[in-house]
Amino acid sequence: MSPGKTIEPLWWSLFSAGGVVAAFLVPVHLFLFGLAIPLGWVSVSHARLLALVGHPVVKLYLFVLIALPLYHWAHRFRFVLEDLGLHGLRRPLAVLCYGSAIVGTVATVWVLIRI
Amino acid sequence: MSEARPARPGLYYPKLPATWWLKRPGYVRFMLREVTSVFVAIFVVELLVIVHKIGQGPQAFADMMARLQSTGCIVFHVVALAFVVYHTITWFQATGVVQVVRVGDRQVPPALVVAGNYVAWVVVTLFILYWLLVRS
Repeated sequence: MSPGKTIEPLWWSLFSAGGVVAAFLVPVHLFLFGLAIPLGWVSVSHARLLALVGHPVVKLYLFVLIALPLYHWAHRFRFVLEDLGLHGLRRPLAVLCYGSAIVGTVATVWVLIRI
Repeated sequence: MSEARPARPGLYYPKLPATWWLKRPGYVRFMLREVTSVFVAIFVVELLVIVHKIGQGPQAFADMMARLQSTGCIVFHVVALAFVVYHTITWFQATGVVQVVRVGDRQVPPALVVAGNYVAWVVVTLFILYWLLVRS
């Protein structure tokens, strides 16, 4: 990479895209799978869910829903840690946060292709 | 400017205690907004586990849902839901400021852009609820 250029814009774009996905889609899924289904307010059969997650379009949807918000987290959390005084660890924090998001992306692909 | 930027000089960081953000309500709101991302991340990882369990079969999925019934999990999800909704609210608010929407020569008022986001959010949410719960 030539000096003066950074991949910061890439991380920012992923942060932003993940932020949009999280804003629109995460609340309803959290409500359903964290509260409504466990508490028995609504019921969805396993067969129905299995048919859904097996569909290629739904897999793509789940990939976007799960992977992009991880980059949103990575970017924000990195700066939260810096803002709390860990400026000296700039690089390791960046590697740790974005690295976790990349690991999460690989795990998401792995889970989705195996269904 | 054709010359390459010099290597990042040593940046100056004022020494602040780790609790600086407790000083003003605005700082606290800023920190709460940033921390919403932690709840977002925890939930999407959870969702990945749920998807994995769905793939493993009815028993694995039922066991997972049974685990999520514990008081601790329910309390956590109530808190997490509040945080992710706070993310949605603050995100839409920021969108209204950042995203300039024009119709012809006129700029759409930011408040209208924010309102449009809320309408879209409600529509998307209802559609997902319908798709998962009614259409089965």
